[in-house]
Amino acid sequence: MDTQTDTQKDFGPADDHGDDFIRLDGVEKVFDVRKKTGFMRSERRQVRAVDSISFAVARGEMVGYIGPNGAGKSTTIKMLTGILTPSGGRLRVAGIDPSRERTRLAHRIGVVFGQRTTLWWDLPLIDSYRLMHRMYRIPDARYAENLDRCVELLELAELLDVPVRQLSLGQRMRGDIAAALLHDPEVLYLDEPTIGLDVISKAKVREFLRHLNAEQGTTVLLTTHDLTDIEQLCRRVMVIDHGRLMYDGPLTGLHEIGESERTLVVDLERELPPIEVESARVVKVEGPRQWLAFPAAQSAAPLVARIAAAYPLVDLSVREPDIEAVISRMYAEKATS
Amino acid sequence: MADLQAQERHDAHRGFPPTGRSRVVDGLRAYRLIAWMWIRSTMAYRASFAMTVFGNFAGTALDFVAILLMFSRVDELGGYSLGEVAFLYGLSSAAFGLTDLALGSVDRLGQRVRDGTLDTLLVRPAPVLAQVAADRFALRRLGRITQGLLVLGYALVVVDISWTPLKVLMMPVMVVSGAAIFASVFVAGAAFQFVAQDASQVQNSFTYGGTTLLQYPPTVFAKDLVRGVTFVVPLAFVNWVPALYVLDLPYPLDLPEWVAFLPPLVAVVCCALSGVAWRAGLRSYRSTGS
Ligand SMILES: Nc1ncnc2c1ncn2[C@@H]1O[C@H](COP(=O)(O)OP(=O)(O)OP(=O)(O)O)[C@@H](O)[C@H]1O
Ligand SMILES: [Mg+2]
Repeated sequence: MDTQTDTQKDFGPADDHGDDFIRLDGVEKVFDVRKKTGFMRSERRQVRAVDSISFAVARGEMVGYIGPNGAGKSTTIKMLTGILTPSGGRLRVAGIDPSRERTRLAHRIGVVFGQRTTLWWDLPLIDSYRLMHRMYRIPDARYAENLDRCVELLELAELLDVPVRQLSLGQRMRGDIAAALLHDPEVLYLDEPTIGLDVISKAKVREFLRHLNAEQGTTVLLTTHDLTDIEQLCRRVMVIDHGRLMYDGPLTGLHEIGESERTLVVDLERELPPIEVESARVVKVEGPRQWLAFPAAQSAAPLVARIAAAYPLVDLSVREPDIEAVISRMYAEKATS
Repeated sequence: MADLQAQERHDAHRGFPPTGRSRVVDGLRAYRLIAWMWIRSTMAYRASFAMTVFGNFAGTALDFVAILLMFSRVDELGGYSLGEVAFLYGLSSAAFGLTDLALGSVDRLGQRVRDGTLDTLLVRPAPVLAQVAADRFALRRLGRITQGLLVLGYALVVVDISWTPLKVLMMPVMVVSGAAIFASVFVAGAAFQFVAQDASQVQNSFTYGGTTLLQYPPTVFAKDLVRGVTFVVPLAFVNWVPALYVLDLPYPLDLPEWVAFLPPLVAVVCCALSGVAWRAGLRSYRSTGS
């Protein structure tokens, strides 16, 4: 750590604004869409893809960004990378306004679009990497080191000489993730990085991202429709719907606002009529086994004690609420309100 | 700890982001890198590379064969001899060939806008135009330049030009400014494709159509067309206007003599305008919904 002092003095005021590496204040994106209503005639309509969103992400955080189709996730990521210019509000990444200084910011961010590749389609994977090396002006030693690490962790060795168009979806995704990281970005945005991957590939990608965040300290923001990604990777989750931020906090907190229920599964000595007990209700009976639902926020211990006092209890287990169910209920509530 | 290490690594890059450096230099550098990658990948198959260069050469030379066939029937075309037509043809093909080599890929921009793959170029630290232009850089396009220069060489041998130092100087200047004028048409056409994504045919009619037009003497076309090509889309400054000065032939429109020396200026103005158009186009880019 002998270079530590050098680094310290490089913290310029223009560079890092406190702890917030990414900061959005009332950011909006409105698309004008024209709909044809007849020959040469069209109707203008405005789609508010992102509607006054504010949040901040600190350096080194790993955040999940979820929401139903069309919620505005990809649009947010495109604004964070400078692809799209916000229609309103203020947005800063590493102190830079992305749409104004897109190329300068490009050196400091990595992007993976699950839906499309950033690699050169007709060329072998390694050619894309070599080009990144030069284009990003990555010092040779760092390039070699980063490439080696990615090749090892993402198991790319066999694929380096294969043209990108011949790679399978999962292989291409791993190739894309490596490409986004060769230049040591401070933040990595992933828009649906696990879309269409099988269980094993998903696990590999997750493991890699966890490693990246823990070892390299890279800030990660990822969108996904697979809540397992979030459960396994992110302590913090943001839920967006119709362009509005509905929730921002720890994953566990979602249960509370989702008014979810936990399930207590009890095995009794023999078949009995449904258990009658305060603050829980039987949802299913199967022979001597019964399922009881109770509020997630409530402790299970007193409930268990009460049942044990009145019934011949053999075994029991508690099931956490299904996060997927929680979120879909959240989406649904918003839609009806 | 991890944070500090990360910070340290990022500081290593801090000198690199090209803040003060001109975008042109950046663009040229990116262009060179991408073009070189494509050259290397096509050179891997030398035999097929040689074939495609030859194919391009032969394909574009057919245009001149058409002119030769015409002259087997007549002695003059619009008052021009074969050598004089070859002079126009050679200049137009050489200038267009240079542009086609450098920017031939930009007409695929509309496709990229429509399917949203332009997104991936926008997240890289290099000007988008350079990335679009260098994409699929193909040396086979040298074929067109070669045949243009050969025809021009033939014209210089057979046409009796009364050379002055000024006329000699005008030769390379014509090819370079002609290429720049064509380049501005390519870029403006690409900029238009941000708005109308199916406009690549419109663009082609101005570029490929334009070069074919300029291969013939202006006297064979209607005056209104010549006016349009002189004052609206100033392709006439690629070869017609300056070349007729070199050949000591009259221009069908009544223009003062000094107009013959305008091509470099016209090229600069056109490039500036198309640059503005490109920026406006890029600003209007709004990606796609998926
Ligand atoms: N380029 C565009 N032009 C017009 N409308 C757009 C454009 N991009 C996105 N939209 C609209 O903005 C809204 C948000 O889209 P966005 O792609 O951000 O959703 P998303 O959260 O990524 O959804 P998904 O989970 O389906 O990927 C949608 O209603 C979409 O139709
Ligand atoms: Mg999306």
